[in-house]
Amino acid sequence: MNAPFKNSRRQFLFQSTGLVIGFTVGSELVADNTAPDLPIDLKNNLNINSWLYVDPTGKIDVYSGKVEFGQGIATAFRQIVADEMDVNIERVNILPCVTGIAPNEGVTSGSQSVEFGGLALRYACAQARGTLLEKASMSLNVPVSDLSIKDGVITAKNGETANYWRLTSTELLQQKADGKYKPKGINNFQYIGQSVQRIDIPAKVSGSVAYVQDMKFPGMLHARVVRPPAPRAKLISFNESVIKSMPGVVGIVKNGSFLAVIAKREEQAINALNEAKKQSKWEMANDLPNNQAEWLKTMIDSPNLDTEHGVKKDPSKQGKKTIGGDFTKPFIAHASIGPSCAIGILKDGVTTIYNHAQGMYPLQRDIVKALQVPPEKVICVHREGSGMYGQSGADDVALDAALIAREFPNQHIRVQWMRDDEFKWEPYNSAMTVKIRASLDESGTITNWTQDIYSNTHSTRPGEKEGNNLISSWYMANPQKRSPVTNIPLPAGGSHRNGIPLYSFPNQQINNHLVQEMPIRVSAFRTLGAFANIFAIESMMDKLAKEANADPVEFRLRHLQNQRGKDVILKVAEMSNWKPNPKRVKKNGKLYGRGMAFSQYKNLQVYCAVVTDIEVDANGKIRVTDVWAAAEAGLIINPDGFKNQIEGGLIQTISWTLFEEVKFNKTGIQTASWADYPILRFEDVPNIQVELINRPNEKSIGVGEGNAPIVGAIANALAMATNGRVYDLPLSPPKVKKLFT
Amino acid sequence: MAIQIQVNGKPHIVDTEAQTPLLYALRNDCDINSAKYGCGAGQCGACTVIVNGNPIRSCITPVSAISGNITTLENYQNDPVLKALNKAFITEQAAQCGFCIAGMMMSAKVLLDKNKNPSDTQIKNALNGNLCRCGTYSRILKAVKLAVKELA
Repeated sequence: MNAPFKNSRRQFLFQSTGLVIGFTVGSELVADNTAPDLPIDLKNNLNINSWLYVDPTGKIDVYSGKVEFGQGIATAFRQIVADEMDVNIERVNILPCVTGIAPNEGVTSGSQSVEFGGLALRYACAQARGTLLEKASMSLNVPVSDLSIKDGVITAKNGETANYWRLTSTELLQQKADGKYKPKGINNFQYIGQSVQRIDIPAKVSGSVAYVQDMKFPGMLHARVVRPPAPRAKLISFNESVIKSMPGVVGIVKNGSFLAVIAKREEQAINALNEAKKQSKWEMANDLPNNQAEWLKTMIDSPNLDTEHGVKKDPSKQGKKTIGGDFTKPFIAHASIGPSCAIGILKDGVTTIYNHAQGMYPLQRDIVKALQVPPEKVICVHREGSGMYGQSGADDVALDAALIAREFPNQHIRVQWMRDDEFKWEPYNSAMTVKIRASLDESGTITNWTQDIYSNTHSTRPGEKEGNNLISSWYMANPQKRSPVTNIPLPAGGSHRNGIPLYSFPNQQINNHLVQEMPIRVSAFRTLGAFANIFAIESMMDKLAKEANADPVEFRLRHLQNQRGKDVILKVAEMSNWKPNPKRVKKNGKLYGRGMAFSQYKNLQVYCAVVTDIEVDANGKIRVTDVWAAAEAGLIINPDGFKNQIEGGLIQTISWTLFEEVKFNKTGIQTASWADYPILRFEDVPNIQVELINRPNEKSIGVGEGNAPIVGAIANALAMATNGRVYDLPLSPPKVKKLFT
Repeated sequence: MAIQIQVNGKPHIVDTEAQTPLLYALRNDCDINSAKYGCGAGQCGACTVIVNGNPIRSCITPVSAISGNITTLENYQNDPVLKALNKAFITEQAAQCGFCIAGMMMSAKVLLDKNKNPSDTQIKNALNGNLCRCGTYSRILKAVKLAVKELA
């Protein structure tokens, strides 16, 4: 695991220079407008040998810019490469992303790895395979049409053979993607569409080295960052001598208000951290909002960047009755089980960082800015860490490691965030308000839909042109500023992701209010703004169905023109044995309800429809007892991997819906441990059934974030069970209890 | 000070303070990867190991407080229950990021050592102190049930 490069030539270049060699691709994106119609990631990284290397020892090395974090992407890529190259899957190595070597594919996010990275690989492999066939054709002196391939062995009709491993050379794939060879058709797949077992699981279930946290180097030192007590606090004084005299402490790093302790042993670093907290004095900013409710109000009242979307006007169609709802959600934490970790070393002027962030190139860019060194002096190497559901502290800890390693050259520095570091300093999913007003005509059809979305941005990731988005850069003696606030534009959208309903309404207007003020740090979290928007839209659809005396399933189908959307709704209705107009049940002091909801993630990716059954006890505690989900994402690469993502996403979203809320007051973030931030446990795990629809003739689209509709299904089940509705997430017992007492 | 502990049948001498959490001795002195740092407060279960048949939160247990052999996931080749769990977790593909999984397997082993045929509720209760963020719980349940079958 410590040797990331299987390709000996690259390894040689890497080791002999210690620098990033641009023989395949530099870290800058190639903007080539003359490129043929190629997948975007391939267009940005045109050299075929920046994607793969056919190794004479009988292996195919794949250099993906996307990273594995347990979502199964390495396995999906192996399937794709094995099929496109006509080799046994065991021959395919997916190498971890290393800046300067892997193609720059930005961040692994937004459920785009198969759709974009996978498609680029299919084209790159098709060209590699075509090139090998041409070479075989020449050496065997037979036309390409007379050749067939099995596991890298090319056989001519006359029985003569050649093979990849002898035909290959270092120059073979030194060519630009030209789109001459197209990927295979759907009838020629051996691995795509199969539930191939994940390549990353065996190490994880046997205690092998599987994570950056497990990496060890001789003489490695352990560091902890002494974070301020609250955001924007300034270090006034620090009693260095006390810390330096502690057992095992080899030094401290103090750079403005960035403070770290370094020790020989891990427990010594933790002891030094605890003592350093006592030995440091900070000037507090005390500039956080007092509480959630106050902040939600400020968000609406403060001057915002307002934009209009999805405007449709048909004066001939106006409703008779207007109803509405104001839906809110709190800040939610990524809350990975393992806090963030990085290992860094400065050697021969080059800082190498091992880390589990979602984008090595964007990370490199901000580390370079903080260290003020040329880009080739920082190499970011991906290693898996604990679950990534967006931007956790993973990027930040990488800069911490770089800042500390700079002061202790030639030694590996392992920086591990503590649990409270992660809870208090990771960027959260923004608090949001979504207001909807909608009108029905006499036939029970929705005629008008107005939606106002109030939210901070949903991406403050590193890698922007201006500014630095890694926290320690803001606390250095010469502090850097975070990037200007932007919103990911539609159709994918940021705060307005899934903000435009997929249903068809004659009059529609979505007003997005991007809140500029950002006292509490936020960034990308699974589904971004879609979670709040789908909660609001799908709750409103049920309210409107009730108002129109319509069955929630039939009502949705009636307003939906998208056939693929209709199909998942029909499928989940069948799976759950949905009976029109389900009724509440009261039994043994408990209330029972059933609800459904639907969305197509980003209005571009996986279609998912969900039905849930819930019970509500006398204290207002909701238990989701059963979940049915139907999902569709075009051509399925790995059915079991798809299901795993949907199941996991649904369970995680039940947790967001029922339990989760980051707490804060003026003095700082008040969420520091699992006691402050309960998440769903085994006792609350529902029965869950997921079924997939395969559409082999449609392109593969992202599956990782089909989870959001379940918030609507639970809210709607609660409305049925109680004849009331909670508009403010999480659906916690005190709020629920008020509905029936 | 030199403290002796036994991990998966092998003795180790750890040069540290008596109150050092067992977790750091295991990870940094005994070549153990499976026990993970998750919270340092015994709240998440990622650091779970087994001593005298009981699940121990190694992040809050002083290394000097241990008497008896410490079992970790690394011993799965020599332990029929852990071996069955290892196989079952692969068969059921019961991991996403997998950071919680070793702790889950430890809690499951403690249960299966005492109860050869646990109900779903008993499995859920035994694993209720282990947190998973990826939402893999339903697959973990399936995997433990498959291991029960394998061991029957």
